Amino acid sequence: MSTTTAEKAPKKLKTSALKPRSFVSWVTFAFMSVAVITWLFPFWMAVANAIKTPQDFLEQGPLAWPAHPTFEHIVKFWNDSNFPLKFWNSTWTSLAAAAITVLLGFLTAYAIGIGKIKGRTWILGVFMVAFTIPQEALIYPMYNAAKKLNLYDNLLSIVLIFGISGVAFATYLISSVLNEFPVEVLEAAKIDGANAWRMMVDVVLPILRPTLMVITVMVFIYNWNEFLIPLVLLPSNDNQTVSLGIALTVGQWTAEPTARAAAALLGALPSILFFVIFQRSLMRGVTMGSSK
Amino acid sequence: MSAATVSKDVKQKAGKARQTSLDKGKGQYYAYLLPGLLAFTIVIVGSFLFNIYISFTRWNGLGAPRWIGTKNYENLFVDSVFWESFLHAFMFIGAMSIVPTFLGVFVASMLFDYIAPRFGNGAAAFMRAGFYMPQVIPLTITGVIWVWLLNPVSGVINNFLTGVLGINKDVTPNWLGDENLAIWSLSVIMVWIQIGYTIVIFMSGLSRLDPSLTEAAQLDGATWFQRFRIIILAQLAPEIGVVLLTTMVAALKVFAPVYVMTGGGPGTSTQVPAYFSYFHFFTTHKVGYGAAVATILALLLTVLAIVILQIQNKQQAKENQR
Repeated sequence: MSTTTAEKAPKKLKTSALKPRSFVSWVTFAFMSVAVITWLFPFWMAVANAIKTPQDFLEQGPLAWPAHPTFEHIVKFWNDSNFPLKFWNSTWTSLAAAAITVLLGFLTAYAIGIGKIKGRTWILGVFMVAFTIPQEALIYPMYNAAKKLNLYDNLLSIVLIFGISGVAFATYLISSVLNEFPVEVLEAAKIDGANAWRMMVDVVLPILRPTLMVITVMVFIYNWNEFLIPLVLLPSNDNQTVSLGIALTVGQWTAEPTARAAAALLGALPSILFFVIFQRSLMRGVTMGSSK
Repeated sequence: MSAATVSKDVKQKAGKARQTSLDKGKGQYYAYLLPGLLAFTIVIVGSFLFNIYISFTRWNGLGAPRWIGTKNYENLFVDSVFWESFLHAFMFIGAMSIVPTFLGVFVASMLFDYIAPRFGNGAAAFMRAGFYMPQVIPLTITGVIWVWLLNPVSGVINNFLTGVLGINKDVTPNWLGDENLAIWSLSVIMVWIQIGYTIVIFMSGLSRLDPSLTEAAQLDGATWFQRFRIIILAQLAPEIGVVLLTTMVAALKVFAPVYVMTGGGPGTSTQVPAYFSYFHFFTTHKVGYGAAVATILALLLTVLAIVILQIQNKQQAKENQR
């Protein structure tokens, strides 16, 4: 389980007792550093060219560091693409959908992991199969239904679809954590006369809060990155999300490589920020499913 | 009898009757299952079943679908683009699953077992974060960045080839615009995207290992490579299995990178099943045909999911035996 690995890791690798560094180890270190720098090189190039003037780009090419750094393109793209609106669309829909996912997922997982209801293995099996189904096998019926229900070109449609699409995944993760919930604690609550609701609110929820936060962060970032469903359901400019909007508007900027770099940088920036802020939660969430 | 002994007594009894006591009132838990299961059934199962129905019809999205039996599937089997799209999906299994798993095990054990003990956890965590960065960015933005990097004239890569390596401008490749090259360019980008995921999973797997194993091997004079082969690979086997399968699922589903970077082209040289079905849904409006492609892809993925389930059950059984 990831909670135990997180506790174990620092114990095992005490920074205070480092092994001696030989020449070979420095070479290895240098090699790995070069590899990481290569991996980050595309982002570096996006930064360097986003703040370059077109004149500078023509003279020096894309590789050089800008002679006269400018935020002109970034500001221009920010205004022209109405970036704040796209940012807001992405933020509130991803967050609302994550809330739906975690709430429904938790309730379902509670019935499975604590309630141990009959047929739980089957339900988990169906959920597991469900999150391998490609979105293409769902999109046309969703598109059709959204049109009939007046939810087409409405951000509510993606909130509902993302929110419910994530339930299978969240249930799977949460119930695997609940399976390991200490039985003694439940017993004690039961003897005190707690029913299923009280037990959930007073006993299970407080203990599970960190896990639920991790899953919320992870689902939020997944939602933020979604593409096909917004592409199909949100045609108008004002309803577009960041990941959709940048991909579609950037086609109009092909003439100017520096403007393109600015667009890419703006599109990547929120995700990089989330990663820096939530790195720990995200890493725990990503490894949660596989270490089991 | 004091209160303490009473409660102890009750606890003991409860312990003995643990199963029955927790079974009691089990019915009330079904209420908690209901909202999630209901929403899931309507939105996901409902859409999926409707998609299967559409795949047996001729429909342009307007009016009523007309039942034509298995005609769409019969047409698909003689459609060379359909087969080509699956061939490309299998190539992506190499680029998104096999190569990143192989490299990921190696880099993860390097970072965890070699860099961290010598240069500190901070250095290893920083490098891990660097490799993971492409995983964090939306695939569409990744696509925009790479289209820009690979632009044959103004792109960074070709400018590097001509400016730094001194290669003639006339022979620099058109990475995404050349029919024979585009699929390989996409594959390399996929490796770049995926490796962070495998490194993170394998590093967490390594932290679970018993440190006394590697310490004992070290005392016996085993070299790093011997330890890597014998201990690390053997111990990581379950994670390697899970990562291979989950990334395979992701490879078969690829859509956004193809949409943004090549649109399936030039020609059909980077066509994949997901994009092929989208193309028929919304460009040719042969909705039934697109639905048939999506259904076949879903069936293939379901088979993979069942394999994953089987492996996990086996692991669970093994763990329970311990």
